[in-house]
Amino acid sequence: MAQRALPLSSLPRSGAGLWALLVAGLVIGPVTAVIWRAGGLGALGPADFDALWFTLWQAAVSAGLSVALAVPVARALSRQRFPGRGALIALLGAPFILPVIVAVLGLLAVFGGNGLVNQLTGALGLPRIDIYGYHGVILAHVFFNLPLATRLILQGWLAIPAERFRLAASLDAPVGRLLERPMLRRIAPGAFAVIFVICLTSFAVALTLGGGPRATTVELAIYQAFKFDFDLAKAATLALVQLALGIASALALLLLSPPDGFGAGLDRLQARWDGRSRPARLGDALWIGFAALFLLTPLAMIVLAGLPGLMVLPVETWQAALRSVSVALGATALTLVLALPLATRAGELAGLLGVAVSGLVLGTGLFLIVQPLMRPAEAALPVTLLVNALMALPFVLRILRPELDAARADFGRLAATLGITGFALWRIVLLPRLRRPLGFAAGLTAALSMGDLGVIALFADGEHATLPLQLYRLMAAYRMEAAQGAALLLLTLSLGLFWLFDKGGRANA
Amino acid sequence: MLELRRIAYHQEDFHLTADTRISAGFTALIGPSGAGKSTLLNMIAGFLAPTSGQVLWDGQEISGLPPAKRPVSILFQDNNLFPHLTVRANLALAMTTRCPDADQLARIEAALAQVGLGGMGGRRPAALSGGQQGRAALARVLLQDRPLMLLDEPFSALGPALRSEMLDLVARLAAEQGIRVLMVSHAPEDARRVADEVALVSQGALHPPQPTQGFFATPSKQLQAYLGDG
Repeated sequence: MAQRALPLSSLPRSGAGLWALLVAGLVIGPVTAVIWRAGGLGALGPADFDALWFTLWQAAVSAGLSVALAVPVARALSRQRFPGRGALIALLGAPFILPVIVAVLGLLAVFGGNGLVNQLTGALGLPRIDIYGYHGVILAHVFFNLPLATRLILQGWLAIPAERFRLAASLDAPVGRLLERPMLRRIAPGAFAVIFVICLTSFAVALTLGGGPRATTVELAIYQAFKFDFDLAKAATLALVQLALGIASALALLLLSPPDGFGAGLDRLQARWDGRSRPARLGDALWIGFAALFLLTPLAMIVLAGLPGLMVLPVETWQAALRSVSVALGATALTLVLALPLATRAGELAGLLGVAVSGLVLGTGLFLIVQPLMRPAEAALPVTLLVNALMALPFVLRILRPELDAARADFGRLAATLGITGFALWRIVLLPRLRRPLGFAAGLTAALSMGDLGVIALFADGEHATLPLQLYRLMAAYRMEAAQGAALLLLTLSLGLFWLFDKGGRANA
Repeated sequence: MLELRRIAYHQEDFHLTADTRISAGFTALIGPSGAGKSTLLNMIAGFLAPTSGQVLWDGQEISGLPPAKRPVSILFQDNNLFPHLTVRANLALAMTTRCPDADQLARIEAALAQVGLGGMGGRRPAALSGGQQGRAALARVLLQDRPLMLLDEPFSALGPALRSEMLDLVARLAAEQGIRVLMVSHAPEDARRVADEVALVSQGALHPPQPTQGFFATPSKQLQAYLGDG
């Protein structure tokens, strides 16, 4: 007789392969369209090579600065206790769900032409700073990634066993050389790689703060090929370059297997005996103060400047907000539907395609596919929804898979003896066990989609704009008061969606 | 009657053979850890496929059936109840994956009363003590009403007195309902307490079961090695 007694691992996983193929197809289809349309790399001009060079250069500088600044901040957070420490560490997770365009507006309020810093330097008779250009792009990238780098490195610090610190203290041995430097040598390259890859595909920052021959990324060049030249072949060729960049960096990430930024319990405090001297404490206080000021001031400015703007929001902004919420909810639903059957090792690899292929590359491909069939503007919202879902998929899989594996390990055999299979297995066992991570994952997806300013910029006209695009248009039209109001609205909606879903996952669980 | 016919299981360095019949009302499998007791149980329950050989129940081969289609129910070491469901909802799963009907609800209440948990159906497992959780799991197994009940190191999280009490309850209720029991345990005193027959698993083989008294009174060489010369 056949050996049909089911090995445990295969029990509830039927169909995962099919889903993986579907997701891969959703990515590969547009990529094929890009490759087919692209004129080959020979079609690249000097400006395109400049864009490639700038993309690599700014990503390296942004990642390097983020990690270098994160090291002293993380060390200070790891060894000093002070009121508000937990809140500050929680806040370090916020930029992940903070809409890029909102943060840019906040940075403009601090570092922009009429920003706080220039008012200060103006009063002191110092030269003005100009945020537009490569330094603005790097500043914004550090703003976004310093918190991530700090979290990753802080995790490394907290992973050093408490016994080691006790041993070092009892021997009066130098903690830095003995414990901290080896940890940093292990953690820092991975953190650098993650941030480097994030900055490679950054579009909204380059769109708002960059531009011109010295601050155009490949993604921005794709957008410009669409919008200014409507040169689809050139856009496709550039998308091919971005694709190669993405695949190379995704492979590098796989090899480096960097640390995971979602780790819980970062507000734990270890007993430490170093860093007690007055200079050490003063230095730590300065670093923490610098980080808090750097991160909090732009956020505070959005709230302060946004409140009056809420009153003068044009009606299109409210319509755009409604569209954005719909897209965010749709993307959340689609991501979860795709993610649940995909939460396996193979599925996670398929999901990684979403990391390797940037939103603009996917958007270019989808544009090429859609264009002969319908007006691209009409496809703007569905395409945005789809791309948002694919972009969020790797994060969602990373969150869900360990929990799903645990639920299967704990209750798979019990479910099997009770004959709970197929849909009933999801309904009765797995979904209830996954409530918390599902809520968190849904919140992340909704917030990411709500704040996304990427592929929508290629497709939309005035009637199909999302809130981030509408906000960008207000900025471009120098309607700053309305833009700041829209930014506050967008911030509230993004954080609100995240909070609602995350809370829903925790209730009665 | 359970028959293990020329069963062999190989995985890397681990080898196990079994070729015997198990027919007593309550049989205990004992042996050192790593000998393959749980592997045997998993092959009978359908979580593992033997490399070769057959599992038969009353002369019918069951080796190819999925776990839920086999004439067996099983009490695991832990995770016998879904923590997010009430005790009543957990017990209902023994009979249906839909909403239980009035008849099934009545049977659930009766089973709860049988194990001394009358009126506690509305609680979540976390609101029960360890012993009560064991009783609820036992009620679930009784409701499944399969002719063979497998116990995998049952109640090992409980203290000795409570564990003995639970084993007595299992033995009594299973006998009342005409259910045969096969228990895996590393504690010889558990086997001595409740088993009619005991079989030793050691040195890669399941030895034929023997009546409990004789088994411990005139221990074989392997059993002596396992029990030690204490």
